[in-house]
Amino acid sequence: MSILLSNISKKFGAFSALDNINLEIPEGELVALLGPSGCGKTTLLRIIAGLERADQGRILISGQDRTEHDVSKRGIGFVFQHYALFRHMTVFENVAFGLRVKPRRDRPSNEVIAKKVHALLELVQLDWLHDRYPDQLSGGQRQRIALARALAVEPSVLLLDEPFGALDASVRKDLRQWLRNLHHDLNVTSIFVTHDQEEAMEVASQVVVLNHGKIEQQGAPSEIYDHPSNAFVSGFIGQTNVFNLEHQDTDWLQTAGLSTLQQQGKIVHVRPHDIVIEKSALDSDAFVTLKDWQHLGALIRIELVKNSVNGQPASVYAEMPNEQFKRLHLNKGDKVDLKIRHAHWFH
Amino acid sequence: MNATAQPINPGKLVERHQLAVQDPDWVRWSLIVIALSFISLFICLPLGLVIFKAFSKGLEAYWSALAQPDTLAAIRLTLLTAVVTVPLNTVFGVAAAWAITRFDFKGKSFLTTLIDLPFSVSPVISGLIFVLLFGAEGWFGDWLIEHDIKIIFAAPGIILATLFITFPFVARQLIPLMQEMGNQEEEAALSLGASGWKMFWSVTLPNIKWALLYGVLLCNARAMGEFGAVSVVSGHIRGLTNTLPLHVEVNYNEYNIVGAFAGASILAALAIVTLILKTALEWKSEAER
Amino acid sequence: MSQNSIMPGFRPTIGFTVVYLSLVVLIPLSTLVFKSFQLNWDDYVHIITNKRVLSSFRVSFTTALAASLIASFFGFIVAWVLVRYSFFGKRFFHALIDFPFALPTAVAGIVLATVFQPSGFLGKLLIDTLGVQVAFKPLGIVMALIFISIPFVVRTVEPVLLEFETSMEEAASSLGATRLQVFLKVIFPNVFPALLTGFALSFARGVGEYGSVIFIAGNLPYVSEIVPLLIVTKLEQFDIQGATAIALTMLVISFLLLLLINMLQYWVRKRSGQL
Repeated sequence: MSILLSNISKKFGAFSALDNINLEIPEGELVALLGPSGCGKTTLLRIIAGLERADQGRILISGQDRTEHDVSKRGIGFVFQHYALFRHMTVFENVAFGLRVKPRRDRPSNEVIAKKVHALLELVQLDWLHDRYPDQLSGGQRQRIALARALAVEPSVLLLDEPFGALDASVRKDLRQWLRNLHHDLNVTSIFVTHDQEEAMEVASQVVVLNHGKIEQQGAPSEIYDHPSNAFVSGFIGQTNVFNLEHQDTDWLQTAGLSTLQQQGKIVHVRPHDIVIEKSALDSDAFVTLKDWQHLGALIRIELVKNSVNGQPASVYAEMPNEQFKRLHLNKGDKVDLKIRHAHWFH
Repeated sequence: MNATAQPINPGKLVERHQLAVQDPDWVRWSLIVIALSFISLFICLPLGLVIFKAFSKGLEAYWSALAQPDTLAAIRLTLLTAVVTVPLNTVFGVAAAWAITRFDFKGKSFLTTLIDLPFSVSPVISGLIFVLLFGAEGWFGDWLIEHDIKIIFAAPGIILATLFITFPFVARQLIPLMQEMGNQEEEAALSLGASGWKMFWSVTLPNIKWALLYGVLLCNARAMGEFGAVSVVSGHIRGLTNTLPLHVEVNYNEYNIVGAFAGASILAALAIVTLILKTALEWKSEAER
Repeated sequence: MSQNSIMPGFRPTIGFTVVYLSLVVLIPLSTLVFKSFQLNWDDYVHIITNKRVLSSFRVSFTTALAASLIASFFGFIVAWVLVRYSFFGKRFFHALIDFPFALPTAVAGIVLATVFQPSGFLGKLLIDTLGVQVAFKPLGIVMALIFISIPFVVRTVEPVLLEFETSMEEAASSLGATRLQVFLKVIFPNVFPALLTGFALSFARGVGEYGSVIFIAGNLPYVSEIVPLLIVTKLEQFDIQGATAIALTMLVISFLLLLLINMLQYWVRKRSGQL
């Protein structure tokens, strides 16, 4: 189901958590609400769910105004950051809960409930745990049970609050892929909150970047990465080198092959992989020194120091594949030439 | 995206829908009314009555009731009992908590259960057991009579029974706290070369001081206010073996209501002071956390 | 005993603890058991099956049971209100909860007797409006025991409610449960073990309670005479054997009941996955 948020605002005392949010989420998308902590992303998710009241604005789910519906009647599924599984119920009863609390006339029979719960547990590949209690499960298992529980009531929208936040790094990797596949199979419109840009880029089909209670940019991951609409988004998504024309970086950037004088803005962001380095032929002219490098798996991250005449010495990071770096035969302290292939300009 | 079925009025304020963790107003208000009525009936009313009754015949009647030699003797005996029992049980509480929380040994949980034992024994039985030990027909009865030592129907019996009744108070406050605290800070102090005593005074004691005071406070309140156990061993001899609570009972049974309530109001004042100090201690330890 | 800790002071503290515990608690308490060995079985049965003794047991246990049940019900509401809602004077009421704990029982006794006696403030009101006399009846005992029980229930339930994860409630709501269903199916089962503990504590205290009860009870044999009072009466008549037999019986029954409640609690926790 599609979701439309219109003019949502929320204040906590004098602090404006959300400021006039307008957002449209088409049906079937897997959307990440991405932003630093305190940006209002969790508040927005809770407002969509009805767990929190907006001060103003409307929430429409498939065209229906649901702003004044209680959370229990909103038809959403919510997966909590710390899962919020019912400690006193078995895994089976946890998943069955949403079906058992239905009004008598809508409530399925016990056989139907059992069948459905087992089907859901098989979907999350945990049917063998059906008689355990939450305290006996690992974090990743709890997460998947929480998801199965939310899915049991066939929500029109699935909302997940920091779904991987409380998990170990290795489990997180697996679950991301798994969630993506699950979403592909079920095709339920889903929104998840995260502060981890890598997670958002990897899992989501649409990313909404929030900061200070406002939407900075919305779009497909590639679009956001390739065409960040402002300096915040560019800095928040992926690694970037920041240069400021007002801080006398102009000459240095020109030397690096960037035609700076188009006055497209005052701030330049350059991704590490958009920097090409070569061993300098003329030692004396070189304006960058290689300081150190780190292996990041297939890539090498190279730390360079720019020593321009009138600029401050500062670090610049470049990335290139391992093989390519080996071919350059560089050592620490070597002077290198540097070319910028592509840059983003901001005011 | 489906076409929106309804026009959107973005400026419209959102009506208060029910949040998940909130109870409807009528539920909230009825429960508050029920709870406060219950507290008022069972707690505020008795509290008010003690104060009212004590002064109902005027301040002078109150003072004359308090100034009677019997009353003063009862106050003295009550204070004596507290002065002996509270320090003993405090020392015990600290020692027991130290042994139980800082070391592993066999029978530890059994020992912890035994410490709580006096809580589950009726006060009357707590008195009775000392009569069985030291009374005329008791184990040491003949020996005591021979040597002309009085324990039952005398101050020592009262002190012993109170010691039994207030036995667990301090230990009970300290054990969970020291368990939770762990001993890392103490190990650090030892590794820095502190002696055992030095470590206790400069690391352990500052950490447990509020819980310790709390335990002492409760222990003291019970020591001064104990009735059942003391009543069994005291013999109710006016001016000699009546503690303040017993003195209140005697006056009440003799229809000396002002006298009874004068004594009662001292004990109630003790309870109120205890409550205030207890609340202050709770706030203090919360603030330090 | 083993100790592999670098902490000092094990021997002196454990030594003092064991010696002091034995002197103050264990040895005195054991005399009750040894003394009762002096009775032969027939004498014991004769004392215990006395009609007056039996009815005092009935009075003590039924009033304590009724009072603990009532106190558990209202105590739960009080704890709920104090944890969940904010209202004027909350901290004051919160502090008052411990008043019955701090007030000497004899004072509680005469105060409650004064309030509920037929000429008293509430006693008169109850007789005039409902025709119910509280004082000098088992109902009076129940009232006194409720007073005593309040802090036990409130203070055991309160911390559990305070630590209860509200996200469980939100989860239940998001799954479509009504507020009543959330309470019955999610909140209450999680608080129940603590409520049971509070109930057990107040019941144990109620059965043995003496000071706050005897003034209001009227102490009518067969009607409103409690076991502790009967023990005192036997003692005053120098019937040490009778007192001992009754005391031991009461102690054993209390321990058995506590054991039963502990087992029930274990079962509840196990069933609810908390073990």
